[in-house]
Amino acid sequence: MNAAGFPLLSLLTFLPLAGAAIILSVRGEEAVIARNARWTALWTSLLVFLLSLLLWVKFDTGSAGFQFEEKLSWLPEFGVGYHMGVDGISVLFVLLSTALTPICILASWESIETRVREYMVAFLILETMMVGMFAALDFIVFYVFFEAVLIPMFLIIGVWGGPRRVYAAFKFFLYTLLGSVLMLLAILYLWYNAGTTDIPELFEYQVPRAAQSWIFFAFLASFAVKVPMWPVHTWLPDAHVEAPTAGSVILAGVLLKMGAYGFLRFSLPLLPEASAEFAPLIYVLSIVAVIYTSLVALAQEDMKKLIAYSSVAHMGIVTLGIFTFNAQGLSGALFTMLAHGVVSGALFLCVGVLYDRVHSRDILRYGGVAKIMPAYALVFMLFTMASVGLPGTANFVGEFLVIIGAWQVNPWVAFGAALGMILGAAYMLYLYRRVIFGRITRDDLRTLLDLSPREYATFAPLILLTLWMGIYPQPFLDFFEATVTALVARHEAAVSVSRLAGM
Amino acid sequence: MSWTLALPELVLAISGLVILVAGVIPKQETFVPVTMATVGALLVAGLLVLSQSEGTALGGHYVADAFSGFMKLLAIGGAAICLLLSLDFNTREGIARFEYPVLVLLGTLGMLVMISANDLLSLYLGLELLSLPLYVIAAFHRDNARSAEAGLKYFVLGALASGLLLYGSSLVYGFAGTTNFDRLADAFSADAGVSAGVVVGVVFVITGLAFKISAVPFHMWTPDVYEGAPTPVTAFFATAPKVAAIALLARVLVGPFGDLVAQWQQVLLLISMASMILGAFAAIGQRNIKRLMAYSSIGHVGYALMGLAVASDVGLRGLLVYMAIYVLMNLGTFAVLVAMRRDGRAVEQVDDLAGLGRTDLGMAVWMAVFMFSMAGIPPLAGFFGKLYVFLAAVQGGYWTLAVIGVLTSVVSAYYYLRIVKVMFFDQPAGALDPAPASLTVVMAASGLFVLLFVLWPAPMLAAAQAAAAALLG
Repeated sequence: MNAAGFPLLSLLTFLPLAGAAIILSVRGEEAVIARNARWTALWTSLLVFLLSLLLWVKFDTGSAGFQFEEKLSWLPEFGVGYHMGVDGISVLFVLLSTALTPICILASWESIETRVREYMVAFLILETMMVGMFAALDFIVFYVFFEAVLIPMFLIIGVWGGPRRVYAAFKFFLYTLLGSVLMLLAILYLWYNAGTTDIPELFEYQVPRAAQSWIFFAFLASFAVKVPMWPVHTWLPDAHVEAPTAGSVILAGVLLKMGAYGFLRFSLPLLPEASAEFAPLIYVLSIVAVIYTSLVALAQEDMKKLIAYSSVAHMGIVTLGIFTFNAQGLSGALFTMLAHGVVSGALFLCVGVLYDRVHSRDILRYGGVAKIMPAYALVFMLFTMASVGLPGTANFVGEFLVIIGAWQVNPWVAFGAALGMILGAAYMLYLYRRVIFGRITRDDLRTLLDLSPREYATFAPLILLTLWMGIYPQPFLDFFEATVTALVARHEAAVSVSRLAGM
Repeated sequence: MSWTLALPELVLAISGLVILVAGVIPKQETFVPVTMATVGALLVAGLLVLSQSEGTALGGHYVADAFSGFMKLLAIGGAAICLLLSLDFNTREGIARFEYPVLVLLGTLGMLVMISANDLLSLYLGLELLSLPLYVIAAFHRDNARSAEAGLKYFVLGALASGLLLYGSSLVYGFAGTTNFDRLADAFSADAGVSAGVVVGVVFVITGLAFKISAVPFHMWTPDVYEGAPTPVTAFFATAPKVAAIALLARVLVGPFGDLVAQWQQVLLLISMASMILGAFAAIGQRNIKRLMAYSSIGHVGYALMGLAVASDVGLRGLLVYMAIYVLMNLGTFAVLVAMRRDGRAVEQVDDLAGLGRTDLGMAVWMAVFMFSMAGIPPLAGFFGKLYVFLAAVQGGYWTLAVIGVLTSVVSAYYYLRIVKVMFFDQPAGALDPAPASLTVVMAASGLFVLLFVLWPAPMLAAAQAAAAALLG
């Protein structure tokens, strides 16, 4: 039995579905159904979050192995089983998913007015898929959750999105599907050759060197689209701009992490030699992503699009960190993923606050908001600084570690990443100045109300997390440490064996 | 007595005749009771199939094994549900005549004979017994020009295909000296080499059957017939006869022609790839949803044939699982299509579904489940169907086939998603009439299967495994 004493991860995964079932079973007038759906969704997601705190408390940070494991036979004769568990890499992402979902539901409280019931059901299903994906320890189960995320997200963008929602939803779905099906073929190859899809057992299997390159590119096709890496990032700005606020938060906060998580979980441990061989390619793509998308962000007129491009840049830092193969780089990448999940989610919420009031995301539409909404300006300032990577906020720790890790590999790579941070400061501050400072050019802005209690409640946990992660990051780093050390050791052993064999 | 082995077929044949007589005698129209009686007869036949023992009978013309059991249950189940789909539709369209269920029953009998055929002659008999009722029911709405056109088209092209099949059979008989499958297998297992005449014969046989399963390049009739035929008839075309023809193709190729793998594999690889590609691209521009489903079924046949083309036990298992899931998905989808009526008139454009998510959420959700499942998105059943045929292709090292398969499944995802988009993203075009209970039950039952297959896939896989093993002997 696992540390919790009961199947905690399965409960976390499937409890939201129970909430969805309750919401669907309610009959009555439209307003009653809507109110009921909101509250049920909120309580369900809060309950899931509270339960997930058990992971934080009971997780043994000294162990590099999988914890809270659960196993059920599913297709025993095929070597496929329902296997759940978390290690230092995944545990915090489970928590991130369960923490962001109630915030998203709270953020959609008033901004979603039509088809509230369907919206809340879609969000709870989405939570199931996200948690299940991070907790899955079987490749087929992982793939099922990984792909199933597309269905609720497609509907969320397409039904409750902006004017070009149909285009954005299709682009999101088909782009991601195209990458994933190629990964599916690689999974099938591994399944057939290793005779199992159980991830811990697959780690014991040595993938033949000749096949590693092919599998690496098949995985890359899927994960690079999800991350997204340059040049397959073009779906992201469209999806972000058209998605409703909460959809953008989940997209930036959790879904983008799925690609990077895939690299860490599969590409590195299963394909060490191919990963080492193609690391320079990843460096180039990452640095291009960091610099190019930062420049693109500088030219944006739409607030959401700007933050979307900044996400691509931040994720470039993450992929760079992952492929440094040293402890600093990997820890930094994981930390940046978490920090970006919190900060970019919060930035999308900030945009959502203005959008709910004015119904425009056009930067030029605003100006002088600081005088009208001082509390909001302060919150936005905090997250802008965090996104820039100001010391004392979450992003700084992660990006700094990645740069240290990259320096050990190649100072020029580190230079590229650092350049991205400078450009990041440029576009974020430029955005902040144009929206918050300056003269009030439009009279209708004068009547805007400052943050409501509900909005304070959505921002408070994010502010707390950002500062905590920035000022005292050690508790978070402790979670990664053992697993990252083991991963690095494993990678070095595998690569040195192949070097010796090559001599 | 060996004929007792064929009890399901005998029961169906006799009950078909009895029901026909019982339908003729009363003065008033007897469509509904006759349909229910036919469904009952099909259920009895299904139970008999379940309890059937294995062996060959009727002078080696007839074989019963785990494979035939699996396929017969699928065919019978598909036919029975298609009859349920027609109950309400035929009454409203004014084509509620008792001949309809009787024809479906005779067609189903033909399918059972096909599935159990162990001789080129019983193969041909079964195929014709299936085809003739199909020609008639395609044109069953005889006052409708499109329906009559569909029946005529299907008849002309179907007769041509039957001719090709018969010609191929005669070539095989001429060169091998027998029509019995077991003896054909013995004849070809000798190392003497294969004469060109036999190869031509095999190719003709494949051509005739490829026509029935509407595989490219013998698919031309499919869109027109699907569009013209009454919708429950289209549902029937898309499910049960496909199962029977695929079963027959598998049995012929794996059994008697099993040693000619090198000869027929190229052909199957080609038609599998061509079907997947055409099914994916040709459906994109369709506005009529029945036409769209026609191209979709062409694509699905391509995926199913992938399992046969790789010529391995894993492939056969994938084929069987794929067909079972395909039939259930399609029955649900067609239940929605049959329910598409506005102001009492049947509508069949994709745009008629606009805004269904607001006007009839239940139906829209089931349709979305079927569409995502057909696109192969997990955790729905359609994904697992594709998974097992792709696994077989990867295992056999057929990378081109596998890559074409996954890429075309992305292309086809586009038009399935378009239906979801029309239902959920677009403004309502006016509510559809409420669906009758019989259709709602079919939708919900197959929808639940598609949703929950992921929880308990082992029994079906085990059954498919046993069936594949039986076929390979």
